[in-house]
Amino acid sequence: MNDNTLLKPSRSVGIIGYGAYVPRYRLPASEVSRVWTGGHAGLPIEEKAVAGIDEDVATMSIEAARNALSRAGTSPDQIRAVWVGSESHPYAVKPTSTIVAEAIGAVPNVQAGDWQFACKAGTEAIVAAIGFIGSGMADYAMAIGMDTAQGKPSDALEYTAASGGAAYLLGPAENALAVFNASYSYVTDTPDFWRRAYQKYPEHGERFTGQPAYFKHITEASKTLMEAMGTNPEDYTYALFHQPNTKFPQRAAGILGFNKDQIAPGLLVPKIGNTYAGSSLIGLTAVLDIAEPGDRILLVSFGSGAGSDAFDLTVSDAVLERRDRAPKTAKYIARRTEIDYAMYTRMRGKLVMK
Amino acid sequence: MNDVVIAGIGQTAVSEHWDISLRELAFQAIEKALQDSGGLQPQVLYVSNIHAQSLSGQAHLGALIADFAGMIGIEALTVEAAGASGGAALRQAYLAVAAGAADTAMVVGVEKFTDKITAEAESAIATITDSDFEAIHGLTPTSQAAMLMRRYMHEFDVPREAFADFPVIAHANGVSNPNAMFRRAIKTEFYNRAGIVSEPLNMFDVAPNADGGAALILTRAELLPPAFPQPLVRISGSSMTTDTLAMHDRPDPMDFRAARLSVERACRQAGIVPSDVNMFELYDSFSIYTALSIEAAGFADRGKGWELAQNDHLSLSGALPIATFGGLKARGNPGGATGVYQVVEAVMQLRGQAGDNQVTGAQRALVQSLGGPASSVATHVLESLN
Repeated sequence: MNDNTLLKPSRSVGIIGYGAYVPRYRLPASEVSRVWTGGHAGLPIEEKAVAGIDEDVATMSIEAARNALSRAGTSPDQIRAVWVGSESHPYAVKPTSTIVAEAIGAVPNVQAGDWQFACKAGTEAIVAAIGFIGSGMADYAMAIGMDTAQGKPSDALEYTAASGGAAYLLGPAENALAVFNASYSYVTDTPDFWRRAYQKYPEHGERFTGQPAYFKHITEASKTLMEAMGTNPEDYTYALFHQPNTKFPQRAAGILGFNKDQIAPGLLVPKIGNTYAGSSLIGLTAVLDIAEPGDRILLVSFGSGAGSDAFDLTVSDAVLERRDRAPKTAKYIARRTEIDYAMYTRMRGKLVMK
Repeated sequence: MNDVVIAGIGQTAVSEHWDISLRELAFQAIEKALQDSGGLQPQVLYVSNIHAQSLSGQAHLGALIADFAGMIGIEALTVEAAGASGGAALRQAYLAVAAGAADTAMVVGVEKFTDKITAEAESAIATITDSDFEAIHGLTPTSQAAMLMRRYMHEFDVPREAFADFPVIAHANGVSNPNAMFRRAIKTEFYNRAGIVSEPLNMFDVAPNADGGAALILTRAELLPPAFPQPLVRISGSSMTTDTLAMHDRPDPMDFRAARLSVERACRQAGIVPSDVNMFELYDSFSIYTALSIEAAGFADRGKGWELAQNDHLSLSGALPIATFGGLKARGNPGGATGVYQVVEAVMQLRGQAGDNQVTGAQRALVQSLGGPASSVATHVLESLN
C-alpha cells in the first residue's frame, strides 16, 4: 500500500440528493422453484422486483433521478454530468443517459454516458462523479445504478435477477447530506459472470462466482479501505455489501467482523432481489432514509469481471430535512403487486412469438 | 515375482482449486511423495487421469507431467479406466516393479474438474458410460446409480433411509482429515431432509467431484537404504477385472461380479480371505455402490450390505472401518486421482500415521476402485511389514 491507495478528491464531495426506484411487481422465488424444480429448490431470497411492461432502465432511472433532484433541491441546469451504470441498457448503441438527462432537464450543457461493469457500473459512475466534482470541473453530477437484470429461465440467477436501482446527485460537501471521506477500488481480471454481444442471458462460473470473485474482491476492498482510513468495523454505524442473494452479504459481513445490526437496514435483497448495478446503491438509500447525522457508513459494491468499489461516508445534518422530500425506499418495497411465473415471462419478454 | 513396497506417498487437499492447474496439482503431489520417500528416483511414471482431454483440452499427460516435475527422459504415460484409473495405474506400477522392468515406479493421480462448469463437466463424465447405448439417451453415472438404488430398494425391500449410515460414517471420518473437501459431520436427519439429485439419490448419496492430486512411489524393499525413514507397506495382492460396460447387458445388476472376482483374486494372491483385513477403502461415489461393494467382497449377504453400517461396524472403531479419511463422499472424488488417494490413505493407516483417523492395529487393508458400476475394478491388498 502506498500514499495513493485511497481515492480522495482535492475538494470534498458528498451526496446532495438521493432517490430510489423499485417497480411494483413481485415474483416470489417459490414461483421459479415451482415451475422449474417442482418446488424442491432452496430459495436464495423471498421475492424479486420485476419491471412492468412499459418500464426499462431509462424510465426507472428517470424516476430515481427525479427523486434525487427533489431531495437535493438543485436546479437541473446545474448538473454537468448524467451517468447511468447498468447491464440492461435498452440500446446497445445509443446512450440511456441522454434520455435521462433530457427528461430531468439537465441538457444541453452536460456530459452524458453509459457505464458498464456488471453490478458495479453504478458505483463506478459515482467514483467518476467524485473525481469530476472534486477536481472543480463541475459542481453537480448525477450517478445512477439501475437494472432490469436478465436471468436465463431455470438458471440459479432467475430466482434473484431483479429490477430497480438508485440515483445520486453528487456535489460539494458543504451542501451535502452525506460526505465521502474516501473511496478505494480493487479490480482484477476474474471472469466469473459475463454476457457476450448478441446474447440474451448472461452465463456464470457457478461456485467460482463466490470465493475467488465476490468474497475476494469485497473483502480486499473493504480491508484495504479500512486499513488506509485507520478504521475498524465498529467505527461504522451501517455497512452495505453488494447483495446478489441473502447469504453472500451476510457472510461477507461476518468475515470482515460486521454484525447483523450494521447490515440489516440496507439488506434489501430478500424483498426485492438482486438489482445488479442498483443493488448496493439502493441499499444505501434505505440506510439514508433512517440514518442520523454523524453516522458513518461503509458501502462496498461488487461487479463481476471483477471488482469492488468501497466508500467511507459520514452522514450530515441535511439528511434530516431532505429525506422526506421524496418517497422512502421502504414505501417502494411495500408497494407490491404479486405476479405468477406466467405473467413474469410476459413482462420480461421471455415469450418469444417468432 | 519380487516383493513390492510403497515407499512414498503424497497428496494435495481435495477442493475446488480454481487457481491451481492440472500440472501444478500433479507436481505438488509428486513433490510430497518424493520427499516422503527420502528422494527415491523413479524410472517410470504412470499418470492416472480420466477427463483431462475433455475438461482441460489436454492429452499426453505422461510427457507433460514428467517434464513439469523435472523428470524428463523417464517412461511416462496415462492409464485410464474411469473411476478405477487410480487402482489400474497402481497395478501397472506394481507389475513393472514386480517384473523387474523398473526398480522404482511412480503413480500420480490427478483430476481438474473446475476448468469447466457443470453442463460441460457432466457431458465429460457421461463418457465413461456406453456412449452408443447409454450416454446417447442422456444417461449419466448419477442417473445410472439412481436406477441401481431404485432396483435395490425394490428387490430387497429396503427403504431409502437405510443408506443414511454410509454418508454419516464418511462425513464423521472426514472431520479430522485436513485434505478432505467436507470436514463437517452430518446427522441422519440431514440425510433424510436432503434435496433429491436423481430420485431416489439425494445430495448425501452422491460424492462431490473435485480437484486433487495424489502420488505413490513403489520399489523393492531390498533396494531401500537401511535407514529408510518410513514404515514399509507391501502390496501383497493386486487384481484388475472388467464387467459389461453397459448396465443393460448384465444378467443381474445387483451383483457387482467384477468386484467380487477382483477381491477374490487379490485375496488369493495375498493368501488371505477378505475377513482377514482390518479395513476396506471402498469406492463410495454413490452410497448404493458402498452397499453393493460390501456385498460383492463377501462382507455381507446380497441385499444386506446396508445392515452392516449399523452398530458402528463400519466406523473407525468398528470391525471393518470404511472410508477412513472420509471416503469419496467427504474427502471428495477427484476422478482419476481418487484411486490413488485411497491407497495413500490406506498406507497412512498401515504406517500408523493416520492421526485422529487411525484404525487401531491396522495391519492389512483392502483397497478398491470402481470404474462406472463396477465395469472396471482394481483391488489391492496392502500389508504392514512392521
